[in-house]
Amino acid sequence: MAEILVLVDHADGAVRKPALELLTLARRLGEPSAVVLGAGEATDAVAATAAEYGAGTVYVADGAEFADLLVVPKVDALTQIAKEKGVAAVLVTSSGEGKEIAARVALRLGSGLITDAVELEAGAEGPVATQSVFAASYQVKSRVSHGVPVITVKPNSAAPEAAPAAGTVETVTVAFTGNAAKVVSRTARVSTGRPELTESAIVVSGGRGVGAAEGFEVVEKLADSLGAAVGASRAAVDAGWYPHSNQVGQTGKQVSPQLYVAAGISGAIQHRAGMQTSKTIVAVNKDPEAPIFDLVDYGVVGDLFEVLPQLTEEIGAR
Amino acid sequence: MTLRIAVCVKYVPDATGDRGFADDLTVDRDEVDGLLSELDEYAVEQALRISEEADDAEVTVLTVGPDDAKDALRKALSMGADKAVHVNDEAIHGSDVIGTSAVLAKALEKTGFDLVVCGMASTDGTMGVLPALLAERLDLPQATLLSEVSVEGGLVKGRRDGDAATEYLEAPLPAVVSVTDQSGEARYPSFKGIMAAKKKPVEELELDDLEIDEDEVGLAGSWTLVESADARPARTQGTIVTNEDGDGGKQLAAFLAAQKFI
Ligand SMILES: Cc1cc2nc3c(=O)[nH]c(=O)nc-3n(C[C@H](O)[C@H](O)[C@H](O)COP(=O)(O)OP(=O)(O)OC[C@H]3O[C@@H](n4cnc5c(N)ncnc54)[C@H](O)[C@@H]3O)c2cc1C
Ligand SMILES: Cc1cc2nc3c(=O)[nH]c(=O)nc-3n(C[C@H](O)[C@H](O)[C@H](O)COP(=O)(O)OP(=O)(O)OC[C@H]3O[C@@H](n4cnc5c(N)ncnc54)[C@H](O)[C@@H]3O)c2cc1C
Repeated sequence: MAEILVLVDHADGAVRKPALELLTLARRLGEPSAVVLGAGEATDAVAATAAEYGAGTVYVADGAEFADLLVVPKVDALTQIAKEKGVAAVLVTSSGEGKEIAARVALRLGSGLITDAVELEAGAEGPVATQSVFAASYQVKSRVSHGVPVITVKPNSAAPEAAPAAGTVETVTVAFTGNAAKVVSRTARVSTGRPELTESAIVVSGGRGVGAAEGFEVVEKLADSLGAAVGASRAAVDAGWYPHSNQVGQTGKQVSPQLYVAAGISGAIQHRAGMQTSKTIVAVNKDPEAPIFDLVDYGVVGDLFEVLPQLTEEIGAR
Repeated sequence: MTLRIAVCVKYVPDATGDRGFADDLTVDRDEVDGLLSELDEYAVEQALRISEEADDAEVTVLTVGPDDAKDALRKALSMGADKAVHVNDEAIHGSDVIGTSAVLAKALEKTGFDLVVCGMASTDGTMGVLPALLAERLDLPQATLLSEVSVEGGLVKGRRDGDAATEYLEAPLPAVVSVTDQSGEARYPSFKGIMAAKKKPVEELELDDLEIDEDEVGLAGSWTLVESADARPARTQGTIVTNEDGDGGKQLAAFLAAQKFI
């Protein structure tokens, strides 16, 4: 069976959920192999999880380079493995870093690149990727027509399904090349205890209508009652009310949860670009003419400071 | 020594227009007005700020695009860039990112630079990978997705806010950087700037000038193939209720319960 290489993204010693989605999707195309880079002491645990989700082989490489230099060492490793094993496709998570890695790997392999796939299927001439483009107003189907397909896939594109496989660990000695920027320091993001924005099944977002940093308390309380992640519009982020890491939209995170709740958000095209593919959309806005209402499955015209607390209370009472 | 800064900018269809695809499945440029990608304004801004900090610097803006892409160059020149390079060749139409990066890398080599500044992503293709591809092709360090950037003593330094961590990066020049929309508001062109831009030089280049074969670029030279592009059915508006009676939260709770979210 065709070998499909999956770069397994990990943080804090654990496999990140989008990597499990990639392993699940890879099984549609062939037999997944995982690549685990720079995981240090967590390598065994990460490899074991990859095996649980279908990796027949887990290629492992470790070294200070992966943390000390930007992007290039991972490109070196992935390219080397892809070439040595003659794989049929390479899958990477669509994050800022993931896309950069994938692009350079594609160029080194002499292959085409597709980014931001939301769906992946086997086709007669190789994997067919679906992209959701122009702020999710178009669906594009495309494929790589030259070389080994290198494709990045957005988080939440598939539900991870376990499928235990051998997970034979193969240690790889990487020949590091290239001219890379040095990472002089790194501060891990402090976890809020809430789900990851891009991975969460429910997202509750606040916008300019929230009015102040303190106003986000009603948004957070609703989010916590639903077990949801908290998002924000760029207007709220630019005002300094909520961190940029929580921004939803074209220049923030693109989310595709089961339920998206927009509170005090007008629904500008750049915001829609980050949430329009959500399964169910709900909005609370004072202005009945707000464009966000064009997208909603359910909308409440009203003051978010009345509607959100009442909803939170109702949820608590159930 | 003059610090030579090259800024890569893209001419894109206005995101607030009704964007779509032409018959050959490339971006329809006739139906919607084009402009300088808003995210590339941040790249121009940071290049100008770096040049203002340097003793002696020159900012060149480069674009690969059709005739009208000149508008994007004019905008960047009116913001304060010194000169422009326009790579324009019918054969480039339909290039994928691998092809575009080949053209841009050659144009950069021909122009000469100490620092390449890009935007974080275009507002149409939104891939966010071109800067990394330029670094790969030019064999230079990439310091990308920076929300803060400066050049000191032959080094470019910056802050990269990643998914899981914030990193401080450092690379010797020459290097390729890209900057985010968090890097600092872009300036508006002044009237004086707009007038001055009309006299600034715009160099025109074709594939021949860059010694690139036609079959390396365009739809034929692409390593990716678009099979179909379909408008998504517009989301249809569902139920809208008002909070006039003060029970909007309760009604919403009932909806969420019916949908099994609570
Ligand atoms: C290149 C570029 C990239 C961008 N990227 C992004 C991005 O990634 N994400 C993003 O979000 N935006 C982005 N934007 C900005 C975008 O264009 C909008 O400006 C932004 O989304 C507006 O945020 P908002 O909806 O919170 O604010 P507004 O448009 O001001 O809307 C506020 C809404 O709150 C409502 N409201 C006010 N008070 C209340 C209340 N008490 N109760 C209920 N409703 C209330 C109002 O009726 C209004 O509809 C980008 C713009 C550009 C040019
Ligand atoms: C909806 C859509 C989806 C696409 N998907 C793919 C795909 O999956 N694979 C593929 O190979 N191609 C794809 N393309 C084609 C690709 O967008 C173009 O080849 C484009 O030239 C480069 O990609 P980008 O616009 O995404 O650039 P990005 O990588 O997002 O651009 C980053 C930065 O590079 C610079 N830059 C980008 N383009 C230019 C330019 N023409 N001139 C000067 N500077 C520039 C700018 O500084 C910009 O901010 C797609 C195009 C569209 C419209």
